[in-house]
Amino acid sequence: MTDKVLEVKNLTVHFYTYAGVVKAIENVSFDVYRGETFALVGETGCGKSVTARALTQLIESPGRIVEGEVYYHKNGESVDLLKLEEEEIRKYRGKEIAYIFQDPQSSLDPLYSVGFQVSEALYAHNKVKSIKEGIRKAVDILRTVLMPDPEKRVSNYPHELSGGMKQRVTIGIGISNDPKILIADEPTTALDVTVQAQILNLIKEMKRKYGATVLLITHDMGVVADMADRVAVMYAGKIVELADVFSIFKEPIHPYTEGLLKAVPNPLIKIERLETIPGTVPSLINPPSGCRFNPRCPLASQICRAKIPELEEVKNGHYVACHNR
Amino acid sequence: MGTMLPAITGDTMNFDSGYSKSNSELLMVKNLKKYFPLKGLLFTKGYVKAVDNVSFEIKKGETFGLVGESGCGKTTVGRTILRLIEPTDGQILYDGRDITKFKKNDMDWFRRKAQIMFQDPYSSLNPRQTVFQIVMEPVNHHGIDVDDPERFVIDLLEKVGLNEGHLYRYPHEFSGGQRQRIALARILSLKPEFVVLDEPTSALDVSVQANILNTLKDIQKELNLTYLFISHDLAIVKYMSHRLGVMYLGKLVEVGNSERIFEEPLHPYTKALFSAIPIPDPEIEKRKDKLEVKGEPPSPINPPSGCRFHPRCPFAKEICGQKEPALEKVEKDHFVSCWLY
Ligand SMILES: Nc1ncnc2c1ncn2[C@@H]1O[C@H](COP(=O)(O)OP(=O)(O)OP(=O)(O)O)[C@@H](O)[C@H]1O
Ligand SMILES: Nc1ncnc2c1ncn2[C@@H]1O[C@H](COP(=O)(O)OP(=O)(O)OP(=O)(O)O)[C@@H](O)[C@H]1O
Ligand code: SF4
Ligand SMILES: [Mg+2]
Ligand SMILES: [Mg+2]
Repeated sequence: MTDKVLEVKNLTVHFYTYAGVVKAIENVSFDVYRGETFALVGETGCGKSVTARALTQLIESPGRIVEGEVYYHKNGESVDLLKLEEEEIRKYRGKEIAYIFQDPQSSLDPLYSVGFQVSEALYAHNKVKSIKEGIRKAVDILRTVLMPDPEKRVSNYPHELSGGMKQRVTIGIGISNDPKILIADEPTTALDVTVQAQILNLIKEMKRKYGATVLLITHDMGVVADMADRVAVMYAGKIVELADVFSIFKEPIHPYTEGLLKAVPNPLIKIERLETIPGTVPSLINPPSGCRFNPRCPLASQICRAKIPELEEVKNGHYVACHNR
Repeated sequence: MGTMLPAITGDTMNFDSGYSKSNSELLMVKNLKKYFPLKGLLFTKGYVKAVDNVSFEIKKGETFGLVGESGCGKTTVGRTILRLIEPTDGQILYDGRDITKFKKNDMDWFRRKAQIMFQDPYSSLNPRQTVFQIVMEPVNHHGIDVDDPERFVIDLLEKVGLNEGHLYRYPHEFSGGQRQRIALARILSLKPEFVVLDEPTSALDVSVQANILNTLKDIQKELNLTYLFISHDLAIVKYMSHRLGVMYLGKLVEVGNSERIFEEPLHPYTKALFSAIPIPDPEIEKRKDKLEVKGEPPSPINPPSGCRFHPRCPFAKEICGQKEPALEKVEKDHFVSCWLY
């Protein structure tokens, strides 16, 4: 399973704000294999969403993609998505690479019925000849995403649906054009756990059915454990560790990953005391020199303050960016 | 610390003879109801039965966890037992006295003993006040004399993991976790016995959350505090609570010893909830059998007849849709409301 569908190299995004240049992500590199679920995990503000959006140039002012390449491989050909003109990249967005965002409320238009919105997505990529035909097709799509009563629901407006149903619609729109890559940015964060379980199941089901590759973004280690094949852990705009999901949980190598895992309560285990990571996440306007984790790291030494650690393969397929590991 | 608490002037010492007051129970909630009226143009169109016949007890020095999904009534329970919202019906015995019958003087006393900490670390602090002013505010409000206010506040800040250097800074200069610490220092300024913690860490990152949870535990031990800990996150509730209650659509469906319930959840909803929590361990999570429930919680305006969970319950029998099951004891300190038991 080492057929690469995406190759991300040195992706760097800065935001030019009043307060200074926010170095949101710096030299982020990773590959995504065809058919896998690749998870990007990390705490608030570490750059997960910016990374996901930058892949198809969805960065708005004052942000700018400063550097990097994103190779999309298809049928033996490859194209650098960051080199495409807006008109060209539009053809990839939605069709080859679809997004599902955290808040279904904001990705649906309150003024149109959900059937119309699914239909519009189909029409935009020439999957149907008219909106009317699209609405008929929308019923099927809503059925695939296990919407109860799809014939009735197709004419509902977003406010008439529950949070879980709205997320089913956005997934429906996401898969409507049979994308090769589905990027799900915190798709269940706004939902209750029993509904989250249903939606995660649906994503697995869709993946199985359509063989799509999933790039899953989450801050929830439980969701990572459930869904991911491989995981990249981000901290303050950089990937600090990347490995298969079992290695990440069983043999974390980076001190941040280690700390993060110990801070997450596991409901199956009786924990006397959670371990914590001292300090707080640094400002990305003036990130710490060298390793960005050094002010909070128990292993930090001289070199950590002086030199940026590169993401290096320390074991087969297990990459770590740390001077002391 | 030089606080002088005014004498308690209780003219409504109301011991309800129906319940024997056990020494260890600080709070006993009996058949609590909160119905919010749905206002029509002229008449009330109906009620949101946010809390419907809920009973539980909390022992002194313990944490009672309240879990359940969005809208099930957790916050309403927390605010009603502090009388921040007036209950529709039921009794709330605090130290044996029914607070629903309290008049002003007793309420003043109760408002010092019982505090609440909210979820949102951003809106709960006045942005124009310094940390010193924020922490002193409740003390001033209750007219309590403090010998050396600065020392008093510094002591509190140190208890919650802040320090003297933070005294004259403003909320916007602090991170979310630090703001929750300020809120906590303020709560402690009144030397409360009982604190409702309503999702105190749900706006925070896990590494920060772990820190705050540990602080809450430490302070509880040090000051012998009693907590009602509200959360939708079972893993956290397990970490924090001695006993717990699981709510569904305004009802408590399972109550008891936290460890026991985690070992063997009985109510089908508790089972579904437990099974839906993704365990942060892929060896377990990827292999576990999941009990998936259909649909989403229905509206508390017209809740389902019989057992409110029956339309989603994988084990529902005929009686479940017809008659409401009572909360019955199944073993020592373990109660379930379900026709299967
Ligand atoms: N429009 C913007 N202007 C300025 N800074 C921005 C902007 N968008 C993002 N950033 C900054 O970029 C960094 C990464 O943000 P990003 O949204 O990718 O984080 P995230 O990992 O997705 O966090 P979360 O878990 O909260 O969604 C943050 O420090 C953020 O403040
Ligand atoms: N002031 C009010 N007026 C009318 N209905 C209300 C009011 N406050 C709460 N409700 C309703 O009561 C029910 C219970 O709400 P509550 O806030 O207690 O739930 P919760 O369990 O705390 O949910 P969450 O996890 O989302 O905080 C909900 O249906 C809610 O819409
Ligand atoms: S009473 Fe019936 S419907 Fe309710 S939880 Fe038990 S089995 Fe399910
Ligand atoms: Mg994000
Ligand atoms: Mg609430």
